Amino acid sequence: MSDANKPPPLDCMSILIDVRRELAMPSRRRFTRQALTLGGLSLLTGCSLTDDESVNRFLMSVSRFNDRVQAWLFDPRRLAPTYSEAQLTRPFPFNAYYEIEDVPKVDASDFVLQLSGLVTGKKRWTLPELYALPHAEQITRHICVEGWSAIGRWGGTPFADFLRRVGADTGATYVGFKCADDYYESIDMATALHPQTLLTFQYDGETLPAKYGFPMKLRMPTKLGYKNPKHIREIFVTNTYPGGYWSDMGYNWFGGS
Amino acid sequence: MKRAIQPRAGAPATPGSAGTGNQRSASAGNRVVHPLWLRITHWLNALAVIVMVLSGWRIYDASPVFKGFMIPLHLTLGGWLAGALQWHFAAMWLLMANGLIYLGLNLVTGRAFTQFFPLTPRAVMADLFAALTARLHHDDLRRYNAVQKLAYLVVIVDLIVLVLSGLAIWKSVQFPTLRWLMGGYDTARIVHFCAMAIVVAFFVVHVVMVAIVPRSLLAMLRGR
Repeated sequence: MSDANKPPPLDCMSILIDVRRELAMPSRRRFTRQALTLGGLSLLTGCSLTDDESVNRFLMSVSRFNDRVQAWLFDPRRLAPTYSEAQLTRPFPFNAYYEIEDVPKVDASDFVLQLSGLVTGKKRWTLPELYALPHAEQITRHICVEGWSAIGRWGGTPFADFLRRVGADTGATYVGFKCADDYYESIDMATALHPQTLLTFQYDGETLPAKYGFPMKLRMPTKLGYKNPKHIREIFVTNTYPGGYWSDMGYNWFGGS
Repeated sequence: MKRAIQPRAGAPATPGSAGTGNQRSASAGNRVVHPLWLRITHWLNALAVIVMVLSGWRIYDASPVFKGFMIPLHLTLGGWLAGALQWHFAAMWLLMANGLIYLGLNLVTGRAFTQFFPLTPRAVMADLFAALTARLHHDDLRRYNAVQKLAYLVVIVDLIVLVLSGLAIWKSVQFPTLRWLMGGYDTARIVHFCAMAIVVAFFVVHVVMVAIVPRSLLAMLRGR
């Protein structure tokens, strides 16, 4: 206290030494370098860095790592929340990589669902045969990768039962889908066998309308919207990574919720 | 009103600082303000937060929580939604790992308790008033004033809320407790956005304060 009120006499030599040392300090130069780095950081904005090939490769490898983390986090018995009729989102939004005018028109009369790959049983299914399968309903939340979500009511047949019925190798790694709108998608076997994964033929109690994916859509409340293929015409079981329409462009493949 | 000198004069001497008054004041400038681990985690956190916020803005714009409010695209990182998501879900590992190391070392070294506490509302009000009337001194950077303590504690808690609400959005099915804690999927997005706004506000004030007291930047770089 008393020292503070009565400053000691100035020692000019030691002040000079201090000043020289301050000025010679490499951290002064480092400060300038850091300022430049802050400028460099601003280059991160826009898309300049994303165009760099090595950065892209790094980000893709982290995305593959995140696939593995999500597969590890995925609990095959944990159910997505379900909702009441009153909570339905009306109208349920149309969403695709094309406009609603370009929704494919699939002819129900001669439609055949093809199965291929590691499948030993019946490989061709007509719509009446599919409609005759055990029926299940769910009201679940569809979460889009963009962030919005909508609650819809879906009816169809549990996909795990269907896979077993057609003699699919459930020990395989992937189930892939080819669609009438040239969309393609693939999922992990654990999600394919999840109790809420539904091969859907109905929306809100009625035949699935074209805009929601006639004749069938795979509904997975444990995955983001883009992982739920619509207008499915072929299902295949494989151990070779099949990719997907959006995943091949850079969206995360697992896309779990 | 010469409070400026007091803390330095009264501060505990470090080994080797004994000597004449002049030598002591010279070595006071040499004493470590921030240990190396703190400086490293600070800058890694800054990098992670900047990448998370800039990429998060692009993700937000894909489907704005608040209709009509969008972030100008040229301020965002990622180029398009997929790119922004890749940045976001890469930087999250840095943010989480670095954050856990920071919190862990703060607890293990006891720094959390000595630096942030005691903290009273009265002290915050007093220091806030002093700051607003430009009478707050920053002579000893090792000791945080009450406003700093509060601001740093708020941003630490805020970053934890950001991570938790982010996890609730990313894995709303797999983390039901987090989803419930955040008030459901849609509310978690609002929480995530508001927590982002707080961290951005902190960032702005933090950088302004650094500009006012440039020595604090040097201290965070070289530790002294």
